[in-house]
Amino acid sequence: MATVREKPAVETAKEEMSPLAARLKEKCDGAVTADSPNGILLAADRLVDVATYLRETPDLSYDHLANVTSVDYPDYFEVVYHLSSTKNGGNPVVLKVRTDKADPVVPSLTPTWPGADLQEREVWDLMGIRFEGHPNHKRIALWEGFEGHPLRKDWHEPYYEADQKPFSSRWPEGRHVQVEDRTPFNHNVQYPPGWDPDEWEPVDEMADFVQRTQARLGKDGDGLKTQRVVVNMGPQHPSTHGVFRMKLMLEGETIVGLEPVFGYMHRCHEKIGERNLWVQNIPFCGRLDYISTISNAFPYVLAVEELLEVTPPERARYLRVMMAELSRILNHFVAIGFLFNDLGAYFTPVLYCLEEREFILDLFEMASGSRMMCNYYRFGGVTRDVPPDFMPRLEYLVRERLPRAIDEIDYFLSENEIFCSRSVGVGILPPETAIRCSTTGPVLRGSGIAYDLRRADPYSIYDRFKFDVITEPGCDVYARYLVRLREMRESVKILEQAIEQIEEGPIQEGKKLWQQKVPAGEAYGRAESPKGELGFYIVSDGGANAYRYHIRSPCLLNLTPLEEMCLGHKVADVVVILGNIDIVLGEVDR
Amino acid sequence: MLGKGVLKGMHVTIKRLVATYVEDLKYFPRMASQEALEYRQRADTRGLKTIEYPEQKVEMFEGYRMLPFLVYDEDPENPRCTACGMCARVCPPQCIWIERDKTPEGKNLRRPRHFTIDATMCMSCGLCAEFCPFDAIKMDNNYEIGAYKRDKLVFHKDRLLRPVEYYAKIHPTEHAIKEEEKREKAEAKRKAAEAKAKKAG
Repeated sequence: MATVREKPAVETAKEEMSPLAARLKEKCDGAVTADSPNGILLAADRLVDVATYLRETPDLSYDHLANVTSVDYPDYFEVVYHLSSTKNGGNPVVLKVRTDKADPVVPSLTPTWPGADLQEREVWDLMGIRFEGHPNHKRIALWEGFEGHPLRKDWHEPYYEADQKPFSSRWPEGRHVQVEDRTPFNHNVQYPPGWDPDEWEPVDEMADFVQRTQARLGKDGDGLKTQRVVVNMGPQHPSTHGVFRMKLMLEGETIVGLEPVFGYMHRCHEKIGERNLWVQNIPFCGRLDYISTISNAFPYVLAVEELLEVTPPERARYLRVMMAELSRILNHFVAIGFLFNDLGAYFTPVLYCLEEREFILDLFEMASGSRMMCNYYRFGGVTRDVPPDFMPRLEYLVRERLPRAIDEIDYFLSENEIFCSRSVGVGILPPETAIRCSTTGPVLRGSGIAYDLRRADPYSIYDRFKFDVITEPGCDVYARYLVRLREMRESVKILEQAIEQIEEGPIQEGKKLWQQKVPAGEAYGRAESPKGELGFYIVSDGGANAYRYHIRSPCLLNLTPLEEMCLGHKVADVVVILGNIDIVLGEVDR
Repeated sequence: MLGKGVLKGMHVTIKRLVATYVEDLKYFPRMASQEALEYRQRADTRGLKTIEYPEQKVEMFEGYRMLPFLVYDEDPENPRCTACGMCARVCPPQCIWIERDKTPEGKNLRRPRHFTIDATMCMSCGLCAEFCPFDAIKMDNNYEIGAYKRDKLVFHKDRLLRPVEYYAKIHPTEHAIKEEEKREKAEAKRKAAEAKAKKAG
């Protein structure tokens, strides 16, 4: 059991309540048990009522369930919900529910709020909290039959060395040893005590999907005598953009049921993050979304800076925004290019896009030293200032090359009849479903909802730039393609303004510390990553390591409405719809 | 008109094709020369950016980082490293092992006896170089480290030590800044010592 050195969260119950908590107390009788700056604590059985009230009340309309996660405290588990409003924007409201350690149960929000589906399954899988009423209560990243719940503080992996880095075996008496030599079978596997391989029977994991889909659809076929076929697609499949797997139920060639399967690239990033020193998490962030790597650490440093109460100097803030926008352009180029690969336009569009990506990666390499795993952001600044030949190069790219390239891609692809016939009306995602399923980013804006965190809840210095939030009313694959294309133009606009406004100056506030102590507290830092809302929920106990480190992955949540988008289409369209959501498995599975 | 969009796309591809050849003709017949290579890497090129690796190689940017190495000034037996363990502690995947050297009597010496970096684990983040208080560990820019055997990628002290000239060659700007800092520090120290001597005298 991990020892908590100090009281983990700020628990000083304030005398006066926040206006919202007071209102909730009045409207939902007996629901609010306590209120603190960290969130409103609710009685577990009233959670659904309160959440529904927050959503349905017109002047509140917290309709977007941004994040669901859980924390393992010594005496209880806490489930944390972040709700934001797509209409009004602003800070998210934080709801909390506590449950005891012996039999952790919390009512599920999934029936009223489909966006909670995957996140609640994740909480169950990694923390072991059951959600009563969840329609598909299964593990998500690990397999059925896995022993234990890894994010609990008392769970240790086979390669376990110590609860926190730095490990004492490295210095001053450090002798190299291969990590697997320390485990009995030289593998990262452990067996539950008393487990007998002879008595083990594999779980038929297709049976559950087949049963549920058949139950939903009724008897085989409609009129014609057809038989439903179950097809397994992935995880090794070139069009799933990584090790992603889907179970498909087909009637002829038409999709009648679909279930995504995750976890093939799961490495328990959050457990690693809780072992790491605060600064050590920054390079790990680059491994989440490995297409637009540099800006992944942005929300993380924002969250930690909120606890540290530091503000980076002006130049560093501009550099951060410039890198984030460059990575957005890069990401959208790649997304568009690979969408065409999925459509069968093999490698001509994607190579045109990758060429532009090369030039942006060159800039990242100049600034940070690495093309993809940049490790550029720091608490209160950035690692290093850009070299002198960076700015002219960036200026040429932003003013000449990138606008030209975007126009060329637009001219090249947007009116292509084959593309239009494959994408218009495919993968329809109505706006209400998009919000309910907690989608963000181009997927949500492609359904006509103007929700962009850079505008809705401005962070860093985004309030200084003029740009439009791009929306398209089409709700289909083509609309999402157009959103990405037009968003690149907006990013170029932001970059132009940033180049004009940036001034010489320091790039680091205070001294960089390797063993940074972060004051006890909680923070939810979020940023509009190219894929959507990337959020980091961190809890500090005042030490040099994170007590809880959770990532709200936009890619995972954008997959929530996948089944709904694919129903009634052909298998070839599933590939296009999936490619158009633009997932990166490093972030989906974590 | 049906097919107009497709034709427009064809137009783009044809233009690209022609542009690539026109750009290459500028360096005819030595398309693979050094000048051609440098031109291709520039942001205003209209042709291909690709080069013919491994025959051709792009020069890395100065800040490029791959794996860490240890710097020594004159004597490889006396590297800059003082075995303080900062790099080993800050390393995110914990891939650095340091054993401090000791005299036969068991007194700690300010140098490492063993210094091991497991390159299979190293994530090239550069935190060790960033936080080293003695400028003793720096990031190499050699990216051709492939090996057939895994144990070839466990680098020991003999493989890691590089002279300071090598560091000056691959990171000239950074080296110059550090040298300048060092000189200033020494100057300030000398002045302080002089003032002290004067006061005492």
